[in-house]
Parts: sequence; structure tokens; C-alpha cells
Amino acid sequence: MNETVIKTQDLTRKFGSFVAVDKLNFSVSAGEIIGFLGPNGCGKTTTFRMLLGLLTPSSGNATVLGFDVIKDTDQIRQQIGYMSQKFAIYDDLTVKENVSFYGGVYGVANSAAIDACLEFTGMAQHSKTLTRELATGWRQRLALSIALVHQPKLLFLDEPTSGVDPLARRDFWDMIYNLADQGVTVLVTTHYMDEAEYCGRVAMMREGKLLAMDTPLHLKHQIVTGKAAEIACTDIISMMDWCENQPIVQKYSLAGNHIKVILQKGVRKKDLRNNLDKDGVKYDSVSAAEPGLDDVFGLLARSSKLAEINP
Amino acid sequence: MNSRLSSIIRKEFIQILRDKRTLVLILVIPVMQLFLLGYSTTNDVRNVALAVVDQSLSSESRQLVDAFRAADYFEISHSPASEDVLGELIDSGQAKAGMIIPPTYAQDVANGTAQVAFIIDGSDPTIAATSLSAAQLIGQNAATKILMAKINRTGGQILPPVEIRTTVWYNPDMVSAYFMIPGVIGMILFAITAILTATAVVRERERGTIEQLIVTPIRPWELVLGKILPYTILALFDTLEVLFIGHVWFHIPIRSSLILIVGISSIFLLSGLGIGLFASTIANTQQEAMLTVWMTLLPSIFLSGFFFPIEAMPGFLQLISYAIPLRYYLSIIRVLLLKGVGLSAITMDVIALTLFGIFIMGAASLRFRKRLD
Repeated sequence: MNETVIKTQDLTRKFGSFVAVDKLNFSVSAGEIIGFLGPNGCGKTTTFRMLLGLLTPSSGNATVLGFDVIKDTDQIRQQIGYMSQKFAIYDDLTVKENVSFYGGVYGVANSAAIDACLEFTGMAQHSKTLTRELATGWRQRLALSIALVHQPKLLFLDEPTSGVDPLARRDFWDMIYNLADQGVTVLVTTHYMDEAEYCGRVAMMREGKLLAMDTPLHLKHQIVTGKAAEIACTDIISMMDWCENQPIVQKYSLAGNHIKVILQKGVRKKDLRNNLDKDGVKYDSVSAAEPGLDDVFGLLARSSKLAEINP
Repeated sequence: MNSRLSSIIRKEFIQILRDKRTLVLILVIPVMQLFLLGYSTTNDVRNVALAVVDQSLSSESRQLVDAFRAADYFEISHSPASEDVLGELIDSGQAKAGMIIPPTYAQDVANGTAQVAFIIDGSDPTIAATSLSAAQLIGQNAATKILMAKINRTGGQILPPVEIRTTVWYNPDMVSAYFMIPGVIGMILFAITAILTATAVVRERERGTIEQLIVTPIRPWELVLGKILPYTILALFDTLEVLFIGHVWFHIPIRSSLILIVGISSIFLLSGLGIGLFASTIANTQQEAMLTVWMTLLPSIFLSGFFFPIEAMPGFLQLISYAIPLRYYLSIIRVLLLKGVGLSAITMDVIALTLFGIFIMGAASLRFRKRLD
């Protein structure tokens, strides 16, 4: 099960003077679900495109399923599935015609295989529907069916759940788990933090660099060294001002109607309350909280910025 | 056929057949253009409105006016009383030509010094040129008749020293449609293949499906061939359609074998498809693709001899016309339809057309690669 599916070495892509992906080094084993997390323009999609052989790396190299992404793209393509941000669907074809077309392109000609694929994604009931009449959630499933029609070993999903309602997202992730159970390796980009929690490992990217890559639990333990707490208060704005200048607060963020803070290592909730009282800042309560991947990302992003200023 | 290629072709046909509006346009536009160009672009000038100021009112002047009336180039539309009124008629466009016969015409004819003024509205050069040569011809004929009558009266015998007997080959009635319709076929073939190919490929880019296709094992040549083959078939169908209507309605002769015509048309299609494919590698939107194709379409139409003979163009334009595939196809198809000769008479044009097709298709295919960068 631990065979290496993807391995990159200093994988880099520049567009003119802009470095979209900067010396990426990571490897992925068979059956893993890897989430790529980061803001728009952080290099997630460019990384995918290089691994898919859509873009040539400017320097460095990568192997996918043991094949070189620059030289052996043909061998790679037969075994990978790809779902792009814009669902690559023909609006004027029916659901089944879409899947049959891509099936034919992969050499999957028999109707039973197409039906099985539609069955897996729950699209069978819509197989005769014209695609332009489908709602976004169904379009997403169709795009997944297209990516799965040739039973790939490795699946690339580029923001598959953007614009899809939470219930459909949950169903979608059930299908991903199903695939991983069958030994399919899945790489998925997202900017939903809660979705990243579903992944086996999370790769955090910012400005073309890979900041960290580990399981959600490890990331939280290693990166978030201090305790997390929630401050409930009425005057949120002045509370944020206070947090900004508080040395014991590593990071703060707005979470619903309260403020979530990550304290410095070793600092306790009691110390926070004391400091608030000392400065005469009004608050309703301070309670314990769990650090999330957004906290991990915030802290990582800050330290990478600091590293740029003071290398 | 391999499953990748046949899948693309099948998908392309489903899309063409499902888009009924475009399909109707593809099938109807050529017929519309055929009728429009078959009737409107005629150089045959007939029944030019002629105003005659006859100040002589003699039997001699009447003979001259009758000579003009008899020729179907002119129609005596007005008989104004004075030169001033004639001027107004030509100014207002009611008359395109005017003739002034002086009061002394009858005596002048007897003395052999008669002069008649003929005025032509030059604002439309085609009408003016035809009117000019027709008026001169009718005038000379009338003069010769008068001269011969005079000599005969004095008892002499005279015959015209030279008589030129003309025969027009291939198109004896000189019908413009015979010249235009082969041109329409060429233009339609070129426009349909170039525009449809360009938009069909760019549409995939607009929708993002091209990216999905690139990550499949499909080869570039399969993608290109699969996309253009359906449009090739449509374009050939259009060719036969225009040929059929041209033959039945406009009585265009088809004097060569249909197989030869379709075969050479297919070679010509390579150029249209290649230009369309090339445009699709430059353009990012369907509109850009359309405009890019239009940029090649207009010079093709005007420099290929479609409307105006290449021989009449300035030297540098004649040189440019050698780079226009439609030029070769037009001269081939006109020869094939009207003259009915075999391949040997058009060898050079066919070679030029083939080389062009291979060159353009090759260049476009090289640009059309399976990567995004």
C-alpha cells in the first residue's frame, strides 16, 4: 500500500518574472487523500497542471505513477482522472452522452461500464437529461463521473465543491472516501477549511511555496503551540484592537460573534483574563477552544512572511 | 477506426444536429447567397434610360433615333424640348444618357459634316463604359449605312472592306451567372469550413473542455481530424447543394465529371480548414475567431477574381493574389464547369492548391499542441 504515486523535486513554474510555484518537494503514497489548501493564486492549480502534463515545469521535476511528467505524459494520462474548476461538460449533450464521449476517448466503449460509472456517482436517474438543465450539484457529480469513467488510479480534483451546497458537498466527500477505500489516490484543492479536515494529509500553500504538509492533527499540534480560546464580547472592534497589541496573543480572528485567539506558548486562559481586566477591557466570557486548520494556516503564513523580512 | 477518433466524430455530429438553428444556417445561407449573387452581381447592362433632344425633326434624325431604339442597350425614356431640360433629367438621374441632334442635322448629313452630341452619366463606370461603346457602335453603323446609301444612289457599288465575325465560346450568351456561381461555390466552401472549424475549436477552449481533452490520451491529430471531418462533410454537402441549384435554376452547365469537381473541392477545403484551425490557435473567444477568419475572407473574395478580373488589378495586387488559395480554386472550378476539360488543363492550379492546403494545415497543426503553455 505504501508505493509512491507522486514525487516532486524542486518543482518550479514561472510565468515571466512571476514565480507561480516555487521549488515544491513532496511525495504521495497510494490510497492517500491529499488536500491542497491556500488562497487563490497560491499555486495549487499550477501544481496540478504540471503534474497532469498540461504545463511544462520551468525547473525541477516530478514523477507521477513512476513516469516523468515532462517526457512520459502519454503513459500518465491513461491512468489519471481530472476534474477541473470549470466542470468540463458539454451542455448540449445528455449526461450519458457526455460520459460515453469521454469513455470512448479513453477506449472504454462498452455501455455497461458507462452505466456502472453513472451508478457510482448517483447520476443514473439523470442519464438522459440534457446537461444544461442540471443544477450545479448534479453538474459536479457529472464532472466526477467523467473523471472516473476509465477507472483511474489517481484522481486530481481542482476545487470540486466550489459553488455547491453543504449537503451535496458532504455526499461528494462520501464518494471520495469510497474511492480511496478502493485504493484510488486523490489530490484535491479547496479553500474550505472544514473540507481540508476530511483529508488524510493537508498541503498548505502560499505564494507558490509549500508551507507544510501533514495530517490535520499533526499540523495543529506542531504549528499551534499555544492554547486556543474564545472571547465573547459586545464591542468586537475594540477587542480586536486590543488583541493586535497584546504580546501574549499570537493570532486572533473573528469567528461568528466572538473572537478566537491563539495564545503564546505556555500562556493560560487565566493570564488572558488577567490582562483584559488590567487594561479594563470589557468582555462577557473567555472559554477554551480547539485550534483549527485556519489557525495553522494563519500562523504559517505569518512566519513565512517574517522569514521574508528577516531571512 | 480507433475509438478515440470515432468518439470525437460522433460527439461533433450530435452537437451539430442538436443545434438546429446553426444547422439550418449552414444549409440555407449558401442557397441565399447563390440567389443573391446570381441575380444582383450582373455586369449585363441593358435598357439604359436615354433622353433625346431632336431639334431637327427630320426623317434623317428619326432614322438615327430608331437605330438607338432598336438596340436593346438603350431605352428612349424622354424626349425633352431643350438641352437645359436634358441636363436636369441627367442631374436627377432620370436619364443615364442624352443625345442632342442639332436643327441643321438633315442638311449636315447631305453635306457629310453632321455632328451629334452624346452625353453619358459617368457616376457608374460600368453603365458608362457599356453605354459609351454601344453608342459609338450604333453611331458608326448608322454612319456607314448613310455613306453606303449615298454611294449606291450615285450608281457606285460598295461593300464593307472587312467584316469581323465573332463567336463566343463556353458562354455564348455571356450570362454573368455562369461566371458568378462557380465563384459562390468557392466562397461558400472557404467561408463555411474556416468559420465553423475556428468556432468549433475555440468553443471547447471557452467552455474549458479542451483542458479536459488534453489530459486524456487523445492525440492532437485525432482531435484535429475528429473536429474537422464533420464540417468537411457539411461543406461538401453545401457544394453539391449549390451546384445542383445552380444547374437546375440558373442552368449552369456542369461539363466535367462530378467526381473530379468534388475531389478538387476537397483539396481546396484543406485551405479553409487550415485557416480556421490556425485562427482557433490565435483566438481566445468565438468572436475573436470569427473576426480573424473575416480578415482572411475579405482579401480572398476581392483578390481571387471573384468579382473583378485579376488581370485588371495593379501589379502588386496581382502578386498578392498568388498567395490566395481561392484564386486557384476559382480558376479551376470555372474551367471545370464551363469548359469541361480534364485534369491536364488545370494541373498547375491543382498543384498550387494542394501545396497551399498542406502548408496551411501543417502550420496550424504544429501550433495546435497538447499543452496549455
